[in-house]
Amino acid sequence: MKLMYAKTHEWVAIDGNKAKIGISDHAQHELGDLVFINLPAEGDSIVAGESFCDVESVKAVSDLYAPVSGRIVAVNTELESAPELINSDAMGAWICEVELESEGDDLMDEAAYAEFIK
Amino acid sequence: MAKRTPLYDCHIKHGGKIVDFAGYELPVQYDGLGVITEHVAVRTKAGLFDVSHMGELIVSGPDAESALNYLLTNDIRGMYDGQVRYSVLPNPNGGAIDDVLIYRVNGEKFLIVVNASNADKDAAWISSNLKGNVKFENVSSKVAQIALQGPISKEIMLKLVTEDELPQKYYSFKWEVNVGGVKCLISRTGYTGEFGYELYCEDVDGIKLYDIVMAAGKDLGLVPAGLGARDTLRLEAGMPLYGHELGEEIMIDEVDLGFAIKMGKEDFVGKAALEAHTPEYQRVGATVVDRGIPREHCDVYCGDEIVGMVTSGTQSPSLKMPIAVLRIKLGYENKPLEADVRGRRVALKVIPMPFYKKA
Repeated sequence: MKLMYAKTHEWVAIDGNKAKIGISDHAQHELGDLVFINLPAEGDSIVAGESFCDVESVKAVSDLYAPVSGRIVAVNTELESAPELINSDAMGAWICEVELESEGDDLMDEAAYAEFIK
Repeated sequence: MAKRTPLYDCHIKHGGKIVDFAGYELPVQYDGLGVITEHVAVRTKAGLFDVSHMGELIVSGPDAESALNYLLTNDIRGMYDGQVRYSVLPNPNGGAIDDVLIYRVNGEKFLIVVNASNADKDAAWISSNLKGNVKFENVSSKVAQIALQGPISKEIMLKLVTEDELPQKYYSFKWEVNVGGVKCLISRTGYTGEFGYELYCEDVDGIKLYDIVMAAGKDLGLVPAGLGARDTLRLEAGMPLYGHELGEEIMIDEVDLGFAIKMGKEDFVGKAALEAHTPEYQRVGATVVDRGIPREHCDVYCGDEIVGMVTSGTQSPSLKMPIAVLRIKLGYENKPLEADVRGRRVALKVIPMPFYKKA
């Protein structure tokens, strides 16, 4: 499994031709308490660099951008009623899983991302 | 460059996440707490806010009451010394220059507390429109103000002052109260819908006062609270916010503030415009039927017709559901309404305000 991060603070865990997507701990911290998530639907295609989901903190709405391209094969519907799981465990709270077509440009590994958010 | 309040160092010390608000660097929330935690603390224990960005103006002199009364929609005659009254500061067209609190120190001296974003505009307007023998002072930059809000506020204050030194009634105040060596004005006011006090002191004493109150309350559950919680708290309480529910272009007879608009009193700014005006809009509260959070500026539809907009909206931390304030045309409050939430239609349900009432 390979864990990568986008400059827009999403993580992607790539395992063969499958990839799970979430947002980084840094991102959840910056966003603050999440109270709503507008999840994508199973079967949708997502395109690297384009918005695929939005989350809302108490104060504001933020778009999430796809770190990879592919077709969604699973959605973590548990988040619908409990978006705060992203705050408590950002790396565990995956949003969706895709059948991978291609990776986005400029993905960073963990060390590079840690440097990026310094 | 953004200004800082006298309490800026307190925010840094407590891990405040600083944002620019109305030209001031203020904390939106604090590290290790966050909007929801701070909000819940105010509803269950207490929170301490820096509201030093608010403006303070003093109008005094033999004609202070009548001169000021002409500039306000509410009637300030007959108030007692130590009483506070809410009013709109109207413009000649019937819109709002600001909404304000009037503190009567005595019959010839009034303190006006105004919104930070409007303080300069208000000062210019009031100073140039006061008639008769009056003196005007803008003391905004010399005053620090903190708001102690929450059910245990009184318990905290009683560690610092006696029962007699605290204002008893809602919307009353005591002045020249000694709080741990700092001379304060204490009012039973706030912007949270919760029991609480607001304390005013000289700017140079601000940090000392903040630290004294924080130390007195810390073990009881007092936490610092930022602008984020201030907004969700006032919204749950159904309190209007200038720039959202009120504005120069919004007629003040359309915002459900009738209690503060005394059409029967003698002439005041905007009275003629209001008398000639037939309200077309209203301010109502709403939640959603299914999912989604309507935010300010979302259009409100009845079928294909746009009948208004959302002026404020958030997820209510106390009620755990979305709440929104709508400005919609009269007669549509009982019809099926939808908000356009970023391209998605979200069905609305009109509900009474305040959304939250203290136990």
